Amino acid sequence: MSTKRIKVLIAKIGLDGHDRGAKLLCRYLRDAGMEVIYTGLRQTSTSIVRIAVQEDVDLIGISILSGAHKTLIASLMDELISNDIEIPVIVGGIVPEKDVQFLMAKGVKKIYSPGTSLTQIHKDIECYAGQPTRQSD
Amino acid sequence: MKNTDKSHIDAKKSAGPNFNDKLGLPGQYPYTRGIHPRMYQERLWTMRQYAGSGNAHQTNRLFRYLLAQGQTGLSVAFDLPTQLGYDSDSEYGRDEAGNVGVAIDSIADLRILFNKIPLDKVSVSMTINAPAFILMAMYMVLAQEQGVEKNALRGTIQNDILKEYVARGAYIFPPEPSLRLAADLIEYCSQECRSFNPISISGYHMREAGCTAAQEIGFTFANAIEYINRILRRGIGIDRFAPKLSFFFAAHNNFLEEVAKFRAARRLWARLMAERFKASNLDSMKLKFHTQTAGSTLTAQQPENNIARVALQALSAVLGGTQSLHTNSFDEALSLPSKKAATIALRTQQIIAHETGMTDVIDPLGGAYYIEELTDTIEKQALEYIDQIEKMGGIICAIEEGYLQRQIHEASYAHMLNIEQGRQVVVGVNKFNQNSTSKFKSYSNVDSDNDKQIKRLANLRAKRDERKVAESIRRIAETVMTDENLMPVALEAVANNCTIGEICGVLRENIGEYTERLSF
Repeated sequence: MSTKRIKVLIAKIGLDGHDRGAKLLCRYLRDAGMEVIYTGLRQTSTSIVRIAVQEDVDLIGISILSGAHKTLIASLMDELISNDIEIPVIVGGIVPEKDVQFLMAKGVKKIYSPGTSLTQIHKDIECYAGQPTRQSD
Repeated sequence: MKNTDKSHIDAKKSAGPNFNDKLGLPGQYPYTRGIHPRMYQERLWTMRQYAGSGNAHQTNRLFRYLLAQGQTGLSVAFDLPTQLGYDSDSEYGRDEAGNVGVAIDSIADLRILFNKIPLDKVSVSMTINAPAFILMAMYMVLAQEQGVEKNALRGTIQNDILKEYVARGAYIFPPEPSLRLAADLIEYCSQECRSFNPISISGYHMREAGCTAAQEIGFTFANAIEYINRILRRGIGIDRFAPKLSFFFAAHNNFLEEVAKFRAARRLWARLMAERFKASNLDSMKLKFHTQTAGSTLTAQQPENNIARVALQALSAVLGGTQSLHTNSFDEALSLPSKKAATIALRTQQIIAHETGMTDVIDPLGGAYYIEELTDTIEKQALEYIDQIEKMGGIICAIEEGYLQRQIHEASYAHMLNIEQGRQVVVGVNKFNQNSTSKFKSYSNVDSDNDKQIKRLANLRAKRDERKVAESIRRIAETVMTDENLMPVALEAVANNCTIGEICGVLRENIGEYTERLSF
């Protein structure tokens, strides 16, 4: 890992208003020395990709508790891949087991359920940051 | 049925302490011990599970299932597009309709939702805020179709927009016009629909976002004061509408603190109404509230443990004298509730009501030194928050300045660090955790079947009288720019089959949309 400060985008996608977890993670990562951009509520896959590219982030973290993850995160992953953008994506929220496989197949690095330790997420981000969207082949 | 599983002491004859003006007897000012003289001895709390998923047909079946299982009231969960004023065939609707609640686009959907559910017999709670006045209008038109008088309708509509800017995020319009819409609904109901609670001022979501018990009460009452002042400014006397103000709180993990919180809230409210607002009708001083167990305390790890958490939280609400209760399903940290988990949640309330003997006695913890101390402390702290917010220029200033949001975030961050560093134990998460990932089968929820909903909406648009629709929408646009109450034109619009998306659309054009000010 280089000495470059890791830059992370934390985003809320869709109409979901639950932002407690997203805000906690932002604060925790900042306190741990990362640079964190928080989008606020009601973002679309397009707006998230735009901010991620503009800000040249090392990782995108999506928070979603609205049950719309299958459509919304799939469209985000498609948008990244079709634009040849290689930024790793992690997801936090309530994602049933059967959908976890689906999203991982779409290229999501990891999915975190409620109660996950933020220390763990922080460690994972240090490891994922800079890795390509798809498993490198 | 008499509970025989207990000692010889007759709980019903045990009146307990009466520390005069501080506690009073149950049913007496300041209502610390309960708002009714006999509480659950006379009537149990309403068992009201928040439910809704997919389209109106699917949710109607769910409602009838819950009623058949012994639930005593209904609570409608609307999907996010409905809550944010988008139709199911809009861009947002296509992604999210029917996901975390039922999709309602027009009165045609509401008709299906309450098919074979008599609105004069079942009390209905609706969790809807920014477009509350539209749903209320639909509900009243539907009642008319069922031959039910508006004044015979019982239930509650959340209609609490202020907390949406602080915690829940389901706002559409800016605060000023939103508060006008909320006040229009309250004013209209105070005249035309007098048995219905036109607002449920909610601390639940702020608590879920991480605030403390005292903040939950303080912030909620600060919001309530703002609504009251707005109605008073319309020249409506306090006793005309205050008896129908209702509240919604969380039941969290710290058992005794929660019991004390409910008691403190009741006393503080009674005092505020009597002393600050000079209410003279005793009903204006009685704090009526719904309680829900705390979703944020449920864990994805060892999820069956959540059944115990919910039972204890529910018991604190009952010992705290709640008027209605929702118990969460144990699988909610994993997915939307399965039928099995939702049934266990309802059964948990029924066990407390019918097996524990807790309903024989009123406020049994009253008089215990620790409970009374906690009650005093929470009341004092909550009042300090109310005063602090007033010093800042009122709740709107405090929200715009980000004060509540910051307070909530600080409390939730401190709590998170306590868990992270092991000072706060969460069983199955940071202690007693089996070192394997829980292979709990998460149940699939109802497939939302969005295509059918979109087809039904297309059908409605094709069949309705477009001339009447256009005229109704024009009248909404015109009226919202005046001081006139919007309810009568909303009633006309929904009767003419205008959709929520259309009504909110024209309001968005005229009064604008709110965008979150990131104080973060």
